[in-house]
Amino acid sequence: MEYLLIFLIGLLYSSGIYLMLRKSMVKLLLGLILLGNGANILIFLMGDIAKGQPPIIPRDASIFTQMYADPVPQSLILTAIVISFGLQSFAIILLKRVYQMTKSDNLDTLNTHEIDI
Amino acid sequence: MILAVLSGFLAALILAFSGKLFRGRLSVLLGLLPLSIFNYFLYFFPDISAGKVITFSYRWIPSLGINLDFRLDGLSMLFVMLITGIGALIYFYAASYLEGHKFLDRFYAYLSLFMGSMLGLVLADNTLLIFIFWELTSISSFFLIGFNNDNAESRKSALMALAITGCGGFFLLASFVLMGIATQTYSIGQMLAAPGFLKEQPAYELVLFFLFVGSFSKSAQFPFHFWLPGAMKAPTPVSAYLHSATMVKAGIYLLARFSPLLGDHLLWTNTLMITGGFTMLYAAAHSVFKKDLKSILAYSTISALGMLVFLIGIGTRYAIVAAAAFILVHALYKAGLFLITGIIDHEAGTRNIDKLGGLRKWFPLVALAGLLAALSSAGVPLTFGFIGKDLIYEATLHTQDFFRYTLTPLALITNILLLYAGFSTGIRPFAGSIPENLSKGPLHPSLSPLLWIPPLILGGLSIFFGLLPYVPDQLLVSHAASSIYGSYIFLPLKIWHGFNLTLLLSAVTIVAGAALYFLYRPATASAATQYWLQWFSPQHLTEWTGEKTRLFAYHYTKMLQNGYLRSYILTITVFLIGLIGYRFFSTVDLRVNTSGFTEIRFFEFVVFAITVIATITTVFTNSRLTAIVSMSIIGLSICLIYVYYGAPDLAMTQFTIDTLTVVLFVLVLYRLPQYLINSNRKMKLRDGLVAFSFGTLISLITLQALISPANKEISRFYADNAYLLAKGKNVVNVILVDFRGADTMVETMVLTIAALGVYSLLKLNVKPTDKD
Repeated sequence: MEYLLIFLIGLLYSSGIYLMLRKSMVKLLLGLILLGNGANILIFLMGDIAKGQPPIIPRDASIFTQMYADPVPQSLILTAIVISFGLQSFAIILLKRVYQMTKSDNLDTLNTHEIDI
Repeated sequence: MILAVLSGFLAALILAFSGKLFRGRLSVLLGLLPLSIFNYFLYFFPDISAGKVITFSYRWIPSLGINLDFRLDGLSMLFVMLITGIGALIYFYAASYLEGHKFLDRFYAYLSLFMGSMLGLVLADNTLLIFIFWELTSISSFFLIGFNNDNAESRKSALMALAITGCGGFFLLASFVLMGIATQTYSIGQMLAAPGFLKEQPAYELVLFFLFVGSFSKSAQFPFHFWLPGAMKAPTPVSAYLHSATMVKAGIYLLARFSPLLGDHLLWTNTLMITGGFTMLYAAAHSVFKKDLKSILAYSTISALGMLVFLIGIGTRYAIVAAAAFILVHALYKAGLFLITGIIDHEAGTRNIDKLGGLRKWFPLVALAGLLAALSSAGVPLTFGFIGKDLIYEATLHTQDFFRYTLTPLALITNILLLYAGFSTGIRPFAGSIPENLSKGPLHPSLSPLLWIPPLILGGLSIFFGLLPYVPDQLLVSHAASSIYGSYIFLPLKIWHGFNLTLLLSAVTIVAGAALYFLYRPATASAATQYWLQWFSPQHLTEWTGEKTRLFAYHYTKMLQNGYLRSYILTITVFLIGLIGYRFFSTVDLRVNTSGFTEIRFFEFVVFAITVIATITTVFTNSRLTAIVSMSIIGLSICLIYVYYGAPDLAMTQFTIDTLTVVLFVLVLYRLPQYLINSNRKMKLRDGLVAFSFGTLISLITLQALISPANKEISRFYADNAYLLAKGKNVVNVILVDFRGADTMVETMVLTIAALGVYSLLKLNVKPTDKD
């Protein structure tokens, strides 16, 4: 399974970068989300994935007795997901406002060029 | 003494904050500042005459070897007298010259800053201290040249002067640091204790090179001379003070100061003689073609400075005495001529020698001052200039055979041309009859005594010193010369040397110069014929370099900082690929260890396939809605992966967030127009290639990272103590809300801020007028 995940990470990273290199603001945002997902899986993979063993201490014990999934990457990813939601929602609304003002989705039209210095 | 040096800075500070008081007639009182410093230093004359060196030391930054060490010897005394004496005259003169100027207080603040820096420069015993004061003189000179800051030419000249002298300052610093490393001290006094030491050091050539560039740039030697004519944009009192009598002599001072340490070496002698000799001739020749009074004076000043460098280069006893005397001679007559030019400009409204004449009828006393200064500059007998000129010929004649026959004619030609310049500025405007354009009379009929007394004093001193040469000799010149030479020189100044070659040369100078003055008038065409040479002139090359550098910076900035987000991302990505890729492939040997990997189950493969298809759809679809939906499918698939591999919390969060994002996206964006279709194939191919390489690199790194065992210490601590310490059984939750609770709280704050942002963006009402 690791092979598939590694391939997936690579795919998400390259798709993310590719979309961020487009002119559309929506694509930029989608690219950012894909990149974030890729990063999350990367962190997840670094924690030696173990199948079916959530890091929850059994009901009748006070410490683990069996193999368990690494809790630290999980908490990191959890934080990352929540924070990226904050970013995404703000960006989506910002995008909407920009569109309302400029009637354009094109990043290039937001530029102001100084003719001469 | 520290008070005397720093009072200039204090005055500048006071003027900066409460200058309004001195904007009117009270500004005359400011002249008392240089006058009192002058008087203070008069008190040291007995000690200096006895050959003593007076030192003062104040601790400043002892750890860096920088102390406020001051040292007063004959050479410093000569300069102090010039700075404060001429300074006092300039202060009084400017009060009337710039009367009613709205920034008069500012002018005096700059002038005081300059005077303080200049005093510090000539009194400092520490080389680093000299550097600081040196740069301060450059900066105050910049402000004074650009004093008429509403004039574009003036601003440009100020910048040019700052660029040249400022760059020279850095060279000077390099020289001082090298000296400091070689001698292990920054104190000039300590260096002078072992005069021959530096000459044997391997760094000698470099020290010399940097010192020369520094002093030549300040003292306007070829090829750095061109800032000085530009600096004439400054108000005339400034030109008189900074750009003829004091600041431009700072480079001379430096050469003189280090002459006992570095001089008497073939490299020193030849460089100074060639540069000085060329500069004096080149500038003197230029002065003949100028019609503007101040331009003539500027070029003749450069020429005189070249003469001084030349004399220090010769370095014999005669030459050193000649240099010391000529510093004084030149300061007296040149400052006088500048002040007279100022009066003419002030009253006649023009400085073109073709349009001036007969002004003696307006101002007989000014004409007298002009005559005295011109005679002194010409070296007519019984003026101080005569003695100076005599000494110069003595110096060139007392060299070895080859030099005697080359240097003497060189000095002769220069002196003839300088005489012409002196006569043109000191006599020509007053001679003859008043031309038509001036028939209305002077612009200010009642000439303030503050204007005509200073040049008259300077002219009078030229005569007084010329009649009684032992006075300046005993007081200033002999001690200054001894300081430059490094040991005591006894070579009294005399009016009469008897009939000899020197006298003949002086006579030739006067006759030839006078003939030139009466027979020659600069033609307008001569400037045009020189035009094609302009391209090769140092000034043009400097401006050209500056302009090209500016253009280069502009294009370079425009390329990197072009305002397109995607080009920044591209740059960053390519750079990352290059950097990480290079490091990765050059240091890590690729190995794949699959032993610990889990096997692939069928439903996992299905999820994987769905994710891949969804990703590809997101990237390549032309519909925004399809992209959003497929993106949500990616999110949900990842959610499933989390479920398979023991992360239920992650799965729940991912599911919630993914759903929310999609809802938000659709709600907000469904009304947006179609994607722009940019079918630039090349661009897409390039971006695709970059993206592909980046993804591949990340995959490879991940593959390699999986080989090395992860450090599980932290995870184990949390897992073991989750229940024992924090009484929670879901370890992920315990980490988030207990072990790292503070972090989570901050995270909540981040979300709150984002929510506030969203809310305010939604509520924001933009007026139609703001849309632009």
